[in-house]
Amino acid sequence: MRETEILVIGGGPAGIRAAITAAELGAEVLLCERDGWLGGQLIKQTGKFFGREYAGQRGFEICADLLAKLHNTAKIDIWLDCPVLGIYEDGVVSCQKKDRLEKIKPQRMIIATGAAENFLAFAGNDLPGVISAGAAETLMHMSGVVPAQRALMVGAGNIGLTVSYQMIQSGVEVAAVIEAAPQIGGYLVHASKLARTGVPIKTGYTIQEAYGEGKVEGARIMRLDETWRPIPGSEEDIACDAICLAVGLNPLAELCWQAGCQMELIRELSGHVPLTDENLQTTIEGIYVAGDICGPEEATTAMAEGKLAGANAAASLGYDTEQAQAARLAALAELGELRAGPMSARIKTGLDKLREKGAAKHA
Amino acid sequence: MADQTIICRCEDITREKLLQVIAEGCHTIDEIKRATRAGMGLCQGRNCRKLIAEELSRIYHIPVEEVLQPTFRAPVQAVSMGMLADAYKEGAGE
Repeated sequence: MRETEILVIGGGPAGIRAAITAAELGAEVLLCERDGWLGGQLIKQTGKFFGREYAGQRGFEICADLLAKLHNTAKIDIWLDCPVLGIYEDGVVSCQKKDRLEKIKPQRMIIATGAAENFLAFAGNDLPGVISAGAAETLMHMSGVVPAQRALMVGAGNIGLTVSYQMIQSGVEVAAVIEAAPQIGGYLVHASKLARTGVPIKTGYTIQEAYGEGKVEGARIMRLDETWRPIPGSEEDIACDAICLAVGLNPLAELCWQAGCQMELIRELSGHVPLTDENLQTTIEGIYVAGDICGPEEATTAMAEGKLAGANAAASLGYDTEQAQAARLAALAELGELRAGPMSARIKTGLDKLREKGAAKHA
Repeated sequence: MADQTIICRCEDITREKLLQVIAEGCHTIDEIKRATRAGMGLCQGRNCRKLIAEELSRIYHIPVEEVLQPTFRAPVQAVSMGMLADAYKEGAGE
């Protein structure tokens, strides 16, 4: 059995930042990553970031800096291709390392497993060519494969808008972006950029059906009324060979459920999330969380949360130095600044609701 | 037309099948799982869990927050029986 002071589960921006922060404070860290590479979703993002710290930098560039820092930090052991499979009552964690089942006994855990893309129920949704926006991004930016000739994007949030634009850059014709809500969900700067290329963004539309012989040959879309019901007779066919779904993310929290963390369904946080305190500690002592598992947000907030969880986990082990306190305050300030804009209103409402539930439990 | 929309992609479970087992008395995500295998495939329910919860919420007129969540057990993803057998032989899987 492998022992370690801190086990970080997930090598995306939150997990990497947590590992670096904890190790810099003196803690011994083991980082387990399911895939064969580190960087999570950040490594395939080609768009430029907003915000002060990373302004103008592209996602994969931020990722490269982060990885360089990770590899230059002593006291971090990295296990790649190593999915964590379970967390047991006695605090033992099992994982798959190569073809072997390994057990880990950590003193603290930071779960940073991210989020998964939502699936949508519509006729023909199992036809080849129905893919998630994230899959389109992976094909283009990690495999160098053009995902389609003519695609329909379902969802006009930031992911739907930016992946549509990236598809155009990759030579894909984007037939349209449809969105069930009456307004565009993502930043208008992304929407405008897309609209300037001539792609129609149709709000108040849903996908009724994917059709085709053995693969997607088109999509039937329909208009929705104010009560989100499809309007009969409003059917419209769009010829395409791919339908990309960008209909939200949900936190990947199976390990928190297994560990017995108290979970709450908060709609603003996109699903069941673990109840946490201001240190990002769950209701199970010694188990911390960071990143999209706390409610899908941005890579920037994920990194700040990773820093916060890493600093707190290390401090709880006795590495409670002035440096730890400074890292904690810096992370909190970063989060405050990142969430100051109007686009963060929803996540802030969600976090308030979560904290209220926590307060009710402890009253 | 019967609703052949796929709800659980891993196990090919349609909405028609889902509504059928609900009519037959399955009230929870776990009961539906045992009756149909929905959620027992490769992705272990990551795709269908939310869709099934939404159906239950609609049919029983309860907020989705009140739909009982399934029990989550290890392993979180499919593993080979051979790996478990090796671990058991080595005494790592007691």
